[in-house]
Amino acid sequence: MSKFEIMKPGFGGSPEPVTPKNVPNRGGEANPSAAALKAQFAGAVLRSDVVNGETTVLVETANVFDIVKWLHDDAAQSYEYLSDVTAVEHRDFSQPIEVVWHLRSIKFRRFIRIKTQLKKGAKLEVQSVWPIYKGADWLERECYDMFGITFAGHYDLRRILMWEQYKEGFPLRKDFPLRGRFSRSEQLRQALDANPEAKYSMEELTVADAFEELPLDMRARIKAGEKTGE
Amino acid sequence: MGLSKLPEPELGHNAAGDLVSVEPKGGDGWITTRLDFLVNWGRSNSLWPMPFGTACCAIEFMATAASKFDLARFGMERMSFSPRQSDVLICAGRVPFKLAPVIRRIWQQMPQPKWAISMGACASTGGMFDNYAVVQGIDTIIPVDVYVPGCPPRPEGLIYGIMMLQKKIMTERMSNKSLRDEMEPDPSSQLYIPANRIDELSEPFGNSVHQTRSAP
Repeated sequence: MSKFEIMKPGFGGSPEPVTPKNVPNRGGEANPSAAALKAQFAGAVLRSDVVNGETTVLVETANVFDIVKWLHDDAAQSYEYLSDVTAVEHRDFSQPIEVVWHLRSIKFRRFIRIKTQLKKGAKLEVQSVWPIYKGADWLERECYDMFGITFAGHYDLRRILMWEQYKEGFPLRKDFPLRGRFSRSEQLRQALDANPEAKYSMEELTVADAFEELPLDMRARIKAGEKTGE
Repeated sequence: MGLSKLPEPELGHNAAGDLVSVEPKGGDGWITTRLDFLVNWGRSNSLWPMPFGTACCAIEFMATAASKFDLARFGMERMSFSPRQSDVLICAGRVPFKLAPVIRRIWQQMPQPKWAISMGACASTGGMFDNYAVVQGIDTIIPVDVYVPGCPPRPEGLIYGIMMLQKKIMTERMSNKSLRDEMEPDPSSQLYIPANRIDELSEPFGNSVHQTRSAP
């Protein structure tokens, strides 16, 4: 049976999910979602290939959001789970940077990899999938932190691994020297300059700052002069 | 030719290196000497560690504290998770730059007398992490008394380091006020040793000399 058929106990002749064996390095059975994508977004799908049994679809940057949304929403695709957002920069400087999304359909036991290419020299920007998958929040922040790729539409795109005042650039870019751009003493000086008790995010500052987010009755009580305990 | 003169044994030790009670000498105040010994003996045998575990060294540290190696034999069973009630900071694991102000703050919160053990290659030198994110030795942030080599050190190694620290404490003198001097970082840069010395200490070595600092 095809591994892309729904595999539930008693369905498709197999009592249990089966680990595919002897998977070819190139070629092999493609995820049917790739063909469906080609039919749905004719101009936007540039290429699709199968490596080690995993299907990769290269798409136009402008259409990423629509494609991911369709894969998520369409009942025949049903990619409920975003397992990774990351980027690849090749050692060859003329090659564009690739942004990669790993999508998984738990319902159909399918995996698909969406890739898009961002030309170097222009602004590295791609549409955020955060409105579709809330789990993309930290994945996109990490990708921004390490590669400097801007995800348009992300509600809170800032550094996540490096501290917010980090000035040396984006560490996983190929033009970034392994030890960083500054001398060790300068790096240490800037690191020690940070306040370890600073608020982790601007949202945590005070009740007064979060006033607009509070429920109406609480707002009325604070307006009436009730102390907030701070 | 006569016999070469044996080195003077350390205070509190006989010629074989064993601990002995200290007899008053001509120049020493009698009471001060005895009190030194008593206080040092008490301090060295009831060190309260502040564990600062960030990586695999912390696993070995936990093994050291657990029943098989039993840190309680050294009076160290009382792990202090508050710096204000601790005597010895044990930094077990690599320290990224993001944690540099944190370990500095913990060290400053610890009351005197206090000591620091740098456990493992990463805490002592940055180890194999000669990269943009990791501090090249915590001695660029805080003063360190004992460095324990290893990646990670076995519990025996850490215990040996602790025993070295105990020996060091036994040689401390109350009359030496400089032992209790608090580290004073330069207020403009927050560094407590000169910047050029930090650069010198963090020079690449081994395989990492083949890496480039500047962008290609």
